[in-house]
Amino acid sequence: MKDAFIGRKYIIITFVILASLILLLRLFIIQVVKDTYRLSADNNVLRYVTQYPARGLIYDRNNKLMVFNQAAYDLMVVPAQVTSIDTAEFCKLLEIPVSSFRDRMNMAVSYSRRAPSVFLKQISAESYARFQEKLFSFPGFYVQPRTLRKYSKPIAGHILGYVSEVDESVVKKDPYYKAGDYIGKLGIEEAYEKYLRGRRGVSIYLVDVYSRIKGSYADGRLDTIAVQGEDVISTVDMDLQEYGELLMKNKSGSIVALEPKTGEVLALVSSPNYDPGLLVGRIRSENFMKLSADTSLPLFNRAIQAKYPPGSTFKPINGLIGLQENVTEPSTLFGCNHGYMFVGCHSHSSPLDLVHGISNSCNAYFCQVFRRILENPAYPSVEAAYEKWKEYLDQFGFGQRLGIEFTNELTGFIPSPAYYDRYYGKNRWKALTIISMAIGQGEVETTPLQMANMTAAIANRGYYFTPHIVKSIGTDGKPDQKYLTKHTIAIDSANFESIVTGMEEAVNGSAGATARVAAIKDIIVCGKTGTAQNSQGKKDHSVFIAFAPKDDPKIAIAVYVENAGFGATYAAPVASLMIEKYLNGEVTNKYSEQRMLELNLIAGD
Amino acid sequence: MPVTRNVNIWTRIDKVSIVIFLLLVIIGWFNIYAAVYNEEHTRIVDLSQRYGKQFVWILATFVIAVFVVVIDTRFYFFFAYFIYGFLLFLLLLVLFVGKDINGARSWFQFGSFSLQPSEFAKAGTALALAAYLNTTRHDLGKLSVFITSVGIILMPALLIILQPDMGSAVVFLSLFIVLFREGMSPYILISGFLMLVLFFFTLIFNNTWLALGLILSALLLAWIVTRKWKLLLLAMVILAVSSLIVYGFNSLVIKSLKNEHILLISVLLSGIAYAFYFYNKRAFSLLAIYLFLAGSLAYVNSVNMAFNTLMKPHQKERVEIMLGIKSDPHGTGYNVNQSIISIGSGGFSGKGYLQGTQTKFKFVPAQSTDFIFCTIGEEWGFMGSFVVIALYVMLIIRLIILAERQRSDFSRIYGYGVVSIFFVHFFINIGMTVGLVPVIGIPLPFLSYGGSSLWAFTILLFIFLRLDASRSEYLV
Repeated sequence: MKDAFIGRKYIIITFVILASLILLLRLFIIQVVKDTYRLSADNNVLRYVTQYPARGLIYDRNNKLMVFNQAAYDLMVVPAQVTSIDTAEFCKLLEIPVSSFRDRMNMAVSYSRRAPSVFLKQISAESYARFQEKLFSFPGFYVQPRTLRKYSKPIAGHILGYVSEVDESVVKKDPYYKAGDYIGKLGIEEAYEKYLRGRRGVSIYLVDVYSRIKGSYADGRLDTIAVQGEDVISTVDMDLQEYGELLMKNKSGSIVALEPKTGEVLALVSSPNYDPGLLVGRIRSENFMKLSADTSLPLFNRAIQAKYPPGSTFKPINGLIGLQENVTEPSTLFGCNHGYMFVGCHSHSSPLDLVHGISNSCNAYFCQVFRRILENPAYPSVEAAYEKWKEYLDQFGFGQRLGIEFTNELTGFIPSPAYYDRYYGKNRWKALTIISMAIGQGEVETTPLQMANMTAAIANRGYYFTPHIVKSIGTDGKPDQKYLTKHTIAIDSANFESIVTGMEEAVNGSAGATARVAAIKDIIVCGKTGTAQNSQGKKDHSVFIAFAPKDDPKIAIAVYVENAGFGATYAAPVASLMIEKYLNGEVTNKYSEQRMLELNLIAGD
Repeated sequence: MPVTRNVNIWTRIDKVSIVIFLLLVIIGWFNIYAAVYNEEHTRIVDLSQRYGKQFVWILATFVIAVFVVVIDTRFYFFFAYFIYGFLLFLLLLVLFVGKDINGARSWFQFGSFSLQPSEFAKAGTALALAAYLNTTRHDLGKLSVFITSVGIILMPALLIILQPDMGSAVVFLSLFIVLFREGMSPYILISGFLMLVLFFFTLIFNNTWLALGLILSALLLAWIVTRKWKLLLLAMVILAVSSLIVYGFNSLVIKSLKNEHILLISVLLSGIAYAFYFYNKRAFSLLAIYLFLAGSLAYVNSVNMAFNTLMKPHQKERVEIMLGIKSDPHGTGYNVNQSIISIGSGGFSGKGYLQGTQTKFKFVPAQSTDFIFCTIGEEWGFMGSFVVIALYVMLIIRLIILAERQRSDFSRIYGYGVVSIFFVHFFINIGMTVGLVPVIGIPLPFLSYGGSSLWAFTILLFIFLRLDASRSEYLV
């Protein structure tokens, strides 16, 4: 029979070929023309896992460990993999309320169902150990190791600063940081963040559809290894710091001790303070709130942020300027009849020379020195003379940030002529108007660090190095170049000798010496008391500056004890104990030590 | 006699088809290995793994192929109905004793071994269709012959729908290609195609506008045929009046009819008026146009109803995603999306054997069975995909050539049955992996993992190769 439809085979063949060409065209488009699928494929299978480096350690000047790391574990979750689990047991193991489970889970889901996110931050090693045994029964959860700070002693919180999770603003500004990273806040942690943080690494893994890691990508060739942070050696003497904090317990105030020859900070105490261990891990934010709300301001770093009038500890400066400006001689005598004009003075012999003016802390003496400085005929006006006076103060670093590593250091205040012009009117003020500046009262404000630095400059007879808290970074690192620059003060070192002698006399002299309480057997301590009027109307602040030994000074110190009264009463013994502790390793004056330790100026306030 | 005859058969069997068959089977096996590859089981004949099992299925399929070839051709001819009937019985039986896998009773389970009768029913139906058309001298112009043929095709398909396994049922529709080759009116194919297009249009477009569009195209057709303005104007007035009546009736009394319902009823209503004209003037072409319009309006209305009430939610979603109505990369569309990603990421030359990340890490579902082509696309790229497609096209065209050289109608019709089934499997399977066709889970012949499908396709092919090898003998 003749096949009438044989021609239809061509239609069928054409149809088959056309259909195949459609498939090939589609394949050509998705495989060759578009490359978006390749990217999607990478997104599917590549997981970038951050390798967090261990943060650098912090040592004290004697290589004693101050800050180290402890392991902590972030519990991560991939919601898509979580099957029905025993939430009660889960929460019990992790010590979290059962009610919080769903909230945390919802948070994670809202971030992503397939990508991992933090379920619970910073589980302790103990919780982790318990949890680890049961981890298999909680699919979808895994643990990401992190490190938390640990402190060998509960001291030096203000010096060390703390570590917290990075803010969103920082993440936006600095491309290095990613949400969830840790960053140093305040203190050494902030100042040396770049060195301490190390470098994050990343491992690229291949994951399957269940987000399970199936191996490393490209045999790990594209992975970067985490580089551990560099260690930092601080200038602080941990024992001295601890001792200083102990002495300042139950008192408000500050101690700053420097090594005069280098500007290294030996101790930097601000009291009341806090245990740095409180600002670690999960308890951090809660404790931080508590500390912020504390009315005794434990977070306030008095050593660099408190502005006190220096009181009589300011007298050596005026003495020095008078000598350098040739308006007085060491032998110049000034009389004192219980004061000068409206500035009162205590009982002592009269008249006095410079050395005894300092050792007796005669107000009248320095009022007259100050008046001579400002009324110096070498200058056309009081204002010009004052300008010159201020120039010396600038050289000592007053009225400005000294430049220690801490970002929250304050400047203090030395009035400019313009300030007085505004206050009194142009040419309406003269030496007597501002005579209280002679004895460190009035408008002048200084920080304890600035006073310690001044003391160091006197100890060095005319120069200082910017105070700093870090001695070296890494194995062979040196501090910032700016801490190795010598700042020389334009005052002859010979002029310093009279001042130094006066300070020596104040501690070790006989008649009228104001600071004999600070004397230490076999060590020549040079010091100057001060009593800073308290603007808040409470009891005056007790101030003392000192350095020792007189020749070849090893330590310069400034001590402020708030609301304590005369400098000799509290600040001087504290300074003396600190000096002895530092130079001899222990104190002999157990009576004084006991008295200071027991002293409580806060409880009865 | 059997010995000499067997030698004869093996020399005359078509080598081109055999080579392509072997290539596809081997490509399949290696890609199943790649798809389920894991480091712990690297031996390709590990029987605990799918590629190990596939190896066994392949060995078995060679035995089956030999068996199929040595059977006398007359067996297939004379037992065609019996085989078909037996398979219908199995399809019925599986509904009662079959193992429920993923909500479908498609499998007979014998211990650890299972068999899917719907795979074998394809060959059986092709045989029955060939036998029937052969005996009727395949006059498909006769309505009774056509209806019986369609019945032969649809009977197993309906039983399979009951499992339910839509995908396998759709495959049977490919046998209409056989009917077309044997003389079925092309209009049936064309209207089938139009119905398919209209089906998708119904889902994509606003049905009121679609109905209006249909009415407009009917009027246009009528104008092309008659060129009588007044007549068409009258028709439009009649339609408008009846629309107004229905519309008013609806807004006053029924209040639940949609616009497309109103239009359908109006068209039917005005049909009464039109009927006089058609009858008086013997205007058959206008009658045809009218029937086409009424039919398609009814079709549009019923598709919507059927789609919303008869289809299962996941099937609806698959269709909607393929049509771009819905986008859901993590839900139902996830499979297709991942499949396209894995194939697309293969690029021109592929990632290399066993280097595919998408398939290996299980981003693609059913990667060793229905989505085996993803592994090829990802690891062998466009080049590999081209080769596989080329092999299928070569096989199909080769089979068409073989079918056309048959002296027996039975052999030729059966040959076209094989062609149709291979083609629809090949096109739909690859089409769904690249997102051109809705996902209906049907395997890629010879490549997909699974004993039933491999054996069924082997039997399907080798019966025809056996018929071809002895084409010089007269069957009847």
